[in-house]
Amino acid sequence: MSERPGGHRDVPVLDLDAIIDDPGTRIIVCCGSGGVGKTTTAAALGLRAAERGRAAVVLTVDPARRLAQSMGLTELDNVPRPVEDVTGDGTLHAMMLDMKRTFDEIIEAHADPERARQILTNPFYQSLSSSFSGTQEYMAMEKLGQLRRSGEWDLIIVDTPPSRSALDFLDAPERLGRFLDGRLIRVLTAPAKAGGRSAFKLFNAGFGLIAGAMTKLLGAQVLKDLQTFVSALDAVFGGFRARAEQTYRLLQAPGTAFVVVAAPERDAMREASYFVERLAEERMPLAGVVINRVHRSPAEGLSAARSAAAAEELESRGGHDLAAAVLRLHTGRMQLAAREHREREHFVTAHPTVPVAEVPAMWEDVHDLEGLRQVGKLLAAQ
Amino acid sequence: MGSLRDVRARDTDWDGVRLHVVTGKGGTGKTTVAAALALALAAGGRKVLLVEVEGRQGIAQVFDLPPLPYEERRIAVAPDGGDVHALSIDPEEAMLDYLEMFYGMRRAGKALTKMGVVDFATTIAPGFRDVLVTGKTTEAVRRKNKDGRRVYDAVVLDAPPTGRITRFLNVTNEVAGLARVGPIKNHADLVNGVVASPETAVHFVTLLEEMPVQETLDGLAELTAAGLPPGGIFTNMVRESLLPASVLDAAAGGRFDPAELALGLKAAGLADGASDAAAVAEALAEEIVEHARRTALEQRERESLDASGRPRYELPLLADGVDLAGLYELAESIRNQGAA
Repeated sequence: MSERPGGHRDVPVLDLDAIIDDPGTRIIVCCGSGGVGKTTTAAALGLRAAERGRAAVVLTVDPARRLAQSMGLTELDNVPRPVEDVTGDGTLHAMMLDMKRTFDEIIEAHADPERARQILTNPFYQSLSSSFSGTQEYMAMEKLGQLRRSGEWDLIIVDTPPSRSALDFLDAPERLGRFLDGRLIRVLTAPAKAGGRSAFKLFNAGFGLIAGAMTKLLGAQVLKDLQTFVSALDAVFGGFRARAEQTYRLLQAPGTAFVVVAAPERDAMREASYFVERLAEERMPLAGVVINRVHRSPAEGLSAARSAAAAEELESRGGHDLAAAVLRLHTGRMQLAAREHREREHFVTAHPTVPVAEVPAMWEDVHDLEGLRQVGKLLAAQ
Repeated sequence: MGSLRDVRARDTDWDGVRLHVVTGKGGTGKTTVAAALALALAAGGRKVLLVEVEGRQGIAQVFDLPPLPYEERRIAVAPDGGDVHALSIDPEEAMLDYLEMFYGMRRAGKALTKMGVVDFATTIAPGFRDVLVTGKTTEAVRRKNKDGRRVYDAVVLDAPPTGRITRFLNVTNEVAGLARVGPIKNHADLVNGVVASPETAVHFVTLLEEMPVQETLDGLAELTAAGLPPGGIFTNMVRESLLPASVLDAAAGGRFDPAELALGLKAAGLADGASDAAAVAEALAEEIVEHARRTALEQRERESLDASGRPRYELPLLADGVDLAGLYELAESIRNQGAA
């Protein structure tokens, strides 16, 4: 195995081509904290998989405008659109998730028209379906399930929502499911049912207190809206939690590969660590970690220390201003590289068996398909 | 002029602002800038509260402290005497506070918590959660001590990221659809009275890269459209270019002559022979061309930010990463540029 410059001898290398070429790989989930190039990584993997013969679809959640344009996506319409100019035998589709529409569709599919109308016009539904970040995670998973069941693609690459923390992505569907299926909902929807059996006596005794507090906190009208909403939704879903669990199992299944995306900075690597540990706890299949935006230098043989000393020497002597400035610049670059290397080493020490791929920093963002193709090459060239 | 304590040696761009909201795209160093801004504002004997709302314990990490409790406590001393206090707001605790403060109902609050009402607040109606969190923050802004002075000279809020900031602050609007009347609505109006006033400024943290800059401009437009007061733009992690503009311009066009550089390298004793010097110079030239292209791109990003008309401040990339010393360095830079 070849050693990367400044690399760590024993770190297993993440071979992304092997993963996308394996027909057994059906779902790749790209996750990681915000601002680390997750969406770009997902799109580049999708393009590379397609150009290597897969029928791939990339599900993105909130792509930057130019990245969307680079794949020819101009509208957020919740439908996979073919990406033009893909070479090779495969195909690439891409779509942006419209979480409200996805939610509306679930309601419409599962409720009779009258009840659907009741739900869709309720102010709580408006709030839940359009503004809660957990809904986005839930709907991304719902959409993933739909794409999987459609059987139209043999590889689905999903980019997770830009959560405050990478872990929200795993927790939110469960939280939403648990909430809609939870005790509070039971209290709100069926206070009359409580009582009778002893287990409910305590429950019932507390109810007056709770209803009183809720009314004070929210106002009577809000509580009534909420009750209406919850009972309508409850009737539709019954097993909302079961649905969340089904999605969970899909993620645990063989054929799913999690790719944790990070940047060589403390916060991003810390998030990556948490995520790696969490995936292990949940028995979800981790393929490895992609570290984006790694700074390297074409002149790596010249160390920061030597470069700094030489710059100082020239500055004190005078006469070679340009060389001195270039050496200062190089010193800074090598220091940055060293710092990034330390962040990576921290991670590797804690997770020595996790395969890692590194992608060098590029001086500008991806604008077109060719840019994505380049990123794909860099992802594969480890 | 006010009392002696209020007299400062110079004006800053944000005199009169008491609530500094700091937002930014993920990865731009929002928490670091919020912390440095709090230090800068506290300099010279003032008292500042730094608040975080997303339960990430980012403040504790930046100041190298154990996790912060839901309690205001002093965490740092500013240059020339001044205190930074910190508070990590937990929505659940904020709700209990709220119930107690307005209704004396702590026990009922605890029962609600057990029943998953916080799940409720965060799941079904994020507007409620935001009202509780911003409510706690604005309460700290308004709070006065016995002699009628504000307890804090300034409050700095490490807020949710750019994509969510307007919704987060625009609480009245957020809860309007849910609660047209009632206690939550009243509370939201109270919050709005602070957040939408000239006492508040919403600052954006960005890097000189395309995506964060675009998000900043979009965020500013959205914020302004919602009638919320925009603040300054902090461009973070700026790398200073040491090369003269003429060299950068040529290099950005792919023209950089390594011959002169090779001579310098030899003079510095970095090469054993002429061919070695040429090889190192070639490699460095490649680095320079890349650097020049990046610098040109950064300049374009600066220009698009400046077109927004907002005051802009540049914070240097810290060579050793962000540690406590680095935080003070950033605070000084913020003061030198008149942002505090």
